[in-house]
Amino acid sequence: MAAETQPADRRLLEVKDLRKLFPFSRGLIRRVRGEVKAVDGVSFHVNEGETLGLVGETGCGKTTTARCVIRAIDPTSGQVLFRTQDGPVVDMAALQGGHLRAVRREMQMIFQDPFSSLNPRMTLFDLVSEPLYNYRVGNRREREDRVAELLRLVGLRPEFMRRFPHAFSGGQRQRIGIARALALNPRLILADEPVSALDVSVQAQVLNLLKGLQAQLGLTYLFVAHDLSVVRHISNRVVVMYVGKVVESAPTRRLFTAPKHPYTEALLSAVPVADPRARAQRIVLRGDAPNPADPPTGCYFHPRCSYAADVCRTDTPVPREISPGHVVACHRAQDLELKGVHQLGASKHDGS
Amino acid sequence: MSELGIAERASEAEERVYLAPQWLLMWWRFRKHRVAVFSAIVLALFYTVALAAEFLATSDPGLPAAKRSLLPPQRVHFFDGWRPTLPYVYAFSGARDPVSFKMVYEVDKSEKIPLRLFARGFEYRFLRLIRTDRHLIGVGGDHRAEDVISFLGADEQGRDIWSRLMIATRLSLSLGLVGVILSMTIGIVLGGVSGYFGGIVDTAIQRLIEVLISIPGIPLWLTMAAALPQDWTVIQVYFAITIILSLIGWTGMARAVRGRFLALRTEDFVTAARLSGAGQIRTMFRHMLPSFYSHIIASATLAVPGMILAETSLSFLGLGMRPPAISYGVMLQQAQKIQTVALAPWVLVPAIPVIVVVLAFNFMGDGIRDAADPYGQ
Amino acid sequence: MQQTHTASSRAAPEAPPALLSVRDLATHFPVDEGNVVAVDGVSFDLYEGQTLGIVGESGCGKSVTALSIMMALSRPGRIVKGEILYRPRGQDPGPDEVIDLAALKPDGKEMRAIRGAEIGYIFQEPMTAFSPVHTVGNQLIEAIRLHRDVDGKEAKSLAIELLRQVEVPLAEQRLDAYSWELSGGLRQRVMIATVMASNPRVLIADEPTTALDVTTQAQILDLMRSLQQQSGMAIIMITHDLGVIAEMADYVAVMYLGKVVENAPVDDIFHAPKHPYTKALLRSIPKITEAEEELATIAGTVPHAYSRPEGCLFHPRCPEFMAGTCDARTPPPLPVSPGHHVSCFLYGDGG
Repeated sequence: MAAETQPADRRLLEVKDLRKLFPFSRGLIRRVRGEVKAVDGVSFHVNEGETLGLVGETGCGKTTTARCVIRAIDPTSGQVLFRTQDGPVVDMAALQGGHLRAVRREMQMIFQDPFSSLNPRMTLFDLVSEPLYNYRVGNRREREDRVAELLRLVGLRPEFMRRFPHAFSGGQRQRIGIARALALNPRLILADEPVSALDVSVQAQVLNLLKGLQAQLGLTYLFVAHDLSVVRHISNRVVVMYVGKVVESAPTRRLFTAPKHPYTEALLSAVPVADPRARAQRIVLRGDAPNPADPPTGCYFHPRCSYAADVCRTDTPVPREISPGHVVACHRAQDLELKGVHQLGASKHDGS
Repeated sequence: MSELGIAERASEAEERVYLAPQWLLMWWRFRKHRVAVFSAIVLALFYTVALAAEFLATSDPGLPAAKRSLLPPQRVHFFDGWRPTLPYVYAFSGARDPVSFKMVYEVDKSEKIPLRLFARGFEYRFLRLIRTDRHLIGVGGDHRAEDVISFLGADEQGRDIWSRLMIATRLSLSLGLVGVILSMTIGIVLGGVSGYFGGIVDTAIQRLIEVLISIPGIPLWLTMAAALPQDWTVIQVYFAITIILSLIGWTGMARAVRGRFLALRTEDFVTAARLSGAGQIRTMFRHMLPSFYSHIIASATLAVPGMILAETSLSFLGLGMRPPAISYGVMLQQAQKIQTVALAPWVLVPAIPVIVVVLAFNFMGDGIRDAADPYGQ
Repeated sequence: MQQTHTASSRAAPEAPPALLSVRDLATHFPVDEGNVVAVDGVSFDLYEGQTLGIVGESGCGKSVTALSIMMALSRPGRIVKGEILYRPRGQDPGPDEVIDLAALKPDGKEMRAIRGAEIGYIFQEPMTAFSPVHTVGNQLIEAIRLHRDVDGKEAKSLAIELLRQVEVPLAEQRLDAYSWELSGGLRQRVMIATVMASNPRVLIADEPTTALDVTTQAQILDLMRSLQQQSGMAIIMITHDLGVIAEMADYVAVMYLGKVVENAPVDDIFHAPKHPYTKALLRSIPKITEAEEELATIAGTVPHAYSRPEGCLFHPRCPEFMAGTCDARTPPPLPVSPGHHVSCFLYGDGG
């Protein structure tokens, strides 16, 4: 993949040591009793024109991370460095008011739920032109032309502009959401589980659309998902999160074929493969992910890890780059031989 | 690039649905609720009465007449023997019983007085604008309506109950409406501020609401109403009572609005609007408010009967509207004396419109509430 | 009806009588806007110890099929046609002694004796199946006492045993927990324990792992498999996830708009699919084992419930559409290999 060889100055977004703590309180007097470390020192970068997949299970902090990046919520600490169109790199995490608004124009979001993310009381035109209106782009006439163009771009008919969202199916609504996100010609799109609410055949349509748009418009995606097959399909590089931390990040092919973190291995192994001949002994993890309000000592994964050594119980592993572009936070990254998707019993698809 | 994921052609009926804005979807759903539609028609009739009260009245509602005290309701005849004829009433005469000092009335069957449409009667200003003396029903010739018409009888002072009922409808129904609008305004503003800004403002408003609803309502009303100066005009009392009623009424509305705001703040489409550059004002008025104004209308509709009942109760106890104002409650004051009720049960008639209006508002409110969220499925 | 003979033509050497045979089942939802045909002539057989996977996209009628079998349709849904033949417990030798569930009263005594007791049901979101104000232990014990004649103490020890059976750690302590205190995976385990309390012969699992994470899903699927091996119950696995189907099912029914379009042993479905819809569905899923440039898609969208196409329901989206045939008549199920039926004119016209 092209992204593997890109120099560092092609970085569009760089997240450094991002943290988001949610204080929780108990009892009548609402004293703060502790903090949930939803995002706990996350660092990664996204190169221009690539798709970075951010994967993990429920509660791992992937959505919170994405929302902190676009400042839908405010991070507790850390930096979100974004290279703007005009050149200068700004820290999204520190921007306020008008500056934030100006930079956010280059960053848009696609939501998971195509039903709740579109205001049902607005027509397609109102929905898609809203960003244009908010940033005072063009007059009504020009906005209408732009909306028509956007609708064509995402595979919807411009004649539908006067319809309300209730006229459309889930996949079509997701296209509307994409059209809205594209209205201001953003450079970075944060896609938060954009296809997980869709049926498989519709999911394929939307994934193809996203890929096509990327090629056509030179978009950069930060793609948050829990479905590893989808992530493999769309991403150039993948970041795996577990309980608020990045455990592994690597170019897609490398991560799927030669994972270096036991959690990644287990995650890959757990995905049911659509081939009955590939039924194999899976690595079935014991128990549940720990509560982020009360995580275990040492490596957060050690209670469920079959490779855990003594050091894992006491020391927090530091992310290390073990080969170019492949970062792992595991004490035993170097000495473990882990299985990728091909060794996990998934036979080569015979393409029938 | 990607095939069009579009249903090919929509039928005309489907297209109509696809292009339907919220209010139309709501109307289609509301229409299915038969009882609610019927109630809406009933209420429309009541408010028509409120507008054209004097036109529908036959006699001057404030005019007392000792010779008509506790006059019983009069029959309107549509048949002359077996022959249908234009409606007429018989003349009557009253005399005081020398023993009991009560008025005794006798129908004089020899004199038929035909009823007329658009007859002349007491003078008034239609809609407070046009000076006229035409009434829907009256009598012709040299009779005065006050002397010969008494559809629902008269009260102790000999005032025509039918005519008073018309005027009372205006006062009671409008008071309910104005009261709800007032409490709704306070409720939406304070609830919205509370829910949107949160923090200390929210805490302060919530504590205020808690204090207000912990005060027992009826004693509070009574105290405040009793404190109204005796020499205030009807208009002054009217607004004072409205304000007193809304002071308690807004709290429920404020809580509902706040809850909605809190829930909406984290809705995806609100986040989406914010991220697409919408300012606070636009987010609030273009995205958040429209998504629950239908619920507000529903709760407001359901709040009107409470106001009407409160006014009626206060006035009945003599602490709300007071004569010469005419409201359902004021009229029902007559029914406080058991002798009067036993002798002249028709003084209870004003209770009927109260019950009908309250039921109709409740049914219509239910219908609106069910239709309020047409995007449920 | 061709499909009635599916049972006899199965690959198994000497096919035992089916535990549950659904025959030409049709379920409609007459609503104000029109009649929604949710299930439209579905037939399949379920055998002891086997797993039938029902797969399809949302709105294909897979869940309504399951609810029809449970006779637990919500209003205004009703079965308008067909039979649900169930061979009750204790009557295994006599293949003729079957009950038509569709003819029973949904809330009658006989149906209540079967629902829950012999046919268990697990939901996608177990949260809704538990009352939040009672501990899961109490609800589990209640389920046990409903189906077994035991006293409170015995029921409690049975409950602990059941929780251990479904691999709930610290089973004794979990009895006192409320459903909302448990993680999604644990909740689904407790749900399964509650269903297993009656030792059902048929377990209907409606998207049992859709709300769960992959690692938890792997645990639950593992558990369901081992429970099936122990008890020999039959499972109807309803899901949209072809991966789960490949993992779990012995044979598969692919549904589209209320009809079974293809019905075959699992290997055939994935390695020799016949129906254009099945083929398209398989091509449209991204594979974890390889990176493909573009995914195959199915043109258009699923038609609206009130405007079902004429003829073959899939014809407006079908890449192999034959004008004059596919849009004129409904394709009957045709046998293409042992146990493999497909409703498509590409394989003959059935006449």
